[in-house]
Amino acid sequence: MVAKLSEFRLKGLVFLAIVVFALPLFISNPFHYSLATQIALIAGAVVGLNLLVGFAGQISLGHAGFFGLGAYFSAIMTSHYGWSAIPALIVGAFGVGIIAWVVGRPILRLKGHYLSMATLAVGFIIAIILNNEREMTGGPDGMPVPAFDVFGWELSPFGQYSLFGMDISGDLAWYLFAGVVLLVAVWLAQNLIDSPIGRALRSVHGSEVAASVVGVNTTKYKSLVFVISAVYASVMGALYAHFQGFITPAVAGFEFSILLITMVVLGGMGSTIGVIIGAVVLELLPQVLADFQEFEMVLFGLILMLTMIFMPKGLLPTVANFLAKRRSKSAGGDA
Amino acid sequence: MFSEFLQYLFTGITIGATYALIALGFTLIYNANHVINFAQGEFLMIGGMATVSLTAMGVPMLLAIVLAVVLAGLMGIALQRLAIAPAKDANVVTLIIITIGASIFIRGLAQLVWGKKYHVMPNFSGDEPIEVFGAVLNSQSLWVLGVGAVLVAVLVYFFTRTMTGKAILATSMNKDAARLVGIRTQMVLMLAFMVSALLGSIAGIVVAPITFTSYDIGIILGLKGFVAAAIGGLGSGVGAVVGGLALGVVEAMAAGYLSSDYKDAVAFSMILLVLFFMPRGLFGAKVVERV
Repeated sequence: MVAKLSEFRLKGLVFLAIVVFALPLFISNPFHYSLATQIALIAGAVVGLNLLVGFAGQISLGHAGFFGLGAYFSAIMTSHYGWSAIPALIVGAFGVGIIAWVVGRPILRLKGHYLSMATLAVGFIIAIILNNEREMTGGPDGMPVPAFDVFGWELSPFGQYSLFGMDISGDLAWYLFAGVVLLVAVWLAQNLIDSPIGRALRSVHGSEVAASVVGVNTTKYKSLVFVISAVYASVMGALYAHFQGFITPAVAGFEFSILLITMVVLGGMGSTIGVIIGAVVLELLPQVLADFQEFEMVLFGLILMLTMIFMPKGLLPTVANFLAKRRSKSAGGDA
Repeated sequence: MFSEFLQYLFTGITIGATYALIALGFTLIYNANHVINFAQGEFLMIGGMATVSLTAMGVPMLLAIVLAVVLAGLMGIALQRLAIAPAKDANVVTLIIITIGASIFIRGLAQLVWGKKYHVMPNFSGDEPIEVFGAVLNSQSLWVLGVGAVLVAVLVYFFTRTMTGKAILATSMNKDAARLVGIRTQMVLMLAFMVSALLGSIAGIVVAPITFTSYDIGIILGLKGFVAAAIGGLGSGVGAVVGGLALGVVEAMAAGYLSSDYKDAVAFSMILLVLFFMPRGLFGAKVVERV
């Protein structure tokens, strides 16, 4: 059973890798690369959030706060203090992890809607601080972010690079980098899920009381996964800031928090590939709906509502279920 | 000094009364269905916007208010029938996302009909402010407080003296048992959404002359109502009123004495602080989890 499960997970990772590396064969427009890069980075954060929501069964309506903290820490350190991007990213992730741990301990005692409320409040407080500390963050107008640099070498969407003798544009280079980051994020998440920690988390999801009765330290595991998911958000936020070259407090805002959790739920809680599909769908949908101009909002709300009403388990699990049912039906017919 | 304090207190109680009404709306639906309705703020928006646009079309104020409230009530029923009832097996997060989808949908409709501009509604009884010990009281504040008090009294009467109100309470306590004694629980759920929408729209109408109104005003008002309901303890009517007033006053004091930029941060810190020490809010029921 476990072997089968991990084989299935490996298939997911291989599938994702094929999609990531095959995509450049089908797109060449810089706008599409930019969109794909953005989706990959946000999907990385969603994979982290899914550990908390899909596996441990805890709700966070403030996760953009951690994404925004990572983004702004990297932006501020590289532009105001001349740090290099990598140390800024690592120190930022570490700091966000500590903040998440300090805040998470008391918050995660809360249940259900009270937990939603508390995480929402944490996200709001972070966004309000970023909005108001104008000298550091540029306030609501946002701030420019220097290009991502590694040992003096810069990765910019506008640059030209050569890789294994091939000339590649900055857009493509960033896309490949983001794609690899997403693959690593998924690989780490899957390892965590298959580890004893992952099993403990799923027991917390099943029934917290039962888990603690059989000796699972539920508080410890819930805090741990909260920290891990916050670190995921922070790292992806930092990369996102360098990629975009300009950020505003909206990256930490309530609406972005809602978008992140919607990606998890819409794609299919607890399914790593599912939540990535959720991220892809919810990032592409506004692009498609933009043609409908003033009807964009109505349609977006309607699609969101209908999908959740008719596929309460999310896109991927529903489709997978449907296919499995059909297969067993036709197998039954043959026999 | 004192007049300054009084001024902040008036502002706080006025906005707090609005929060209390929104929180009561949350409480009603939470009790009936254990759903947090993130579209609650949209009922306020519908109330305010519909009244403004109907009066602009020449409909007398009172009739416009009645029509706006009826419209919101119908939306409440539609929300329960079309979005919440079909998803009966969905878990908590999925239901939250459904109500968020509904709120985006309603906001989108409002934007189509009324545009993105801010709309101004005149005070109900003139712009002459009232002076109390050196502080200025907007006459509309008295309307907000008066209407709020009347609504609370009506709700108390409804839940303690009428059969329908008791049916809602019974359903919130135990749905299956309620059904066994002959209560039509689906009807009750619909009723809860309707009453909640009525409350929200009335709050939206009385507060509109103070805050102005626009298609997106429901987001932040709805969230503040949720904060107020959580401070008071989800499901508690007294808690919703106390939570709303406390939130309004703390916010106004923070804006006055500390910094208006950080007044919302103070509100959200307040909810964190309350939940740290009282994980079920001030008046939340203590429940034993069944395994």
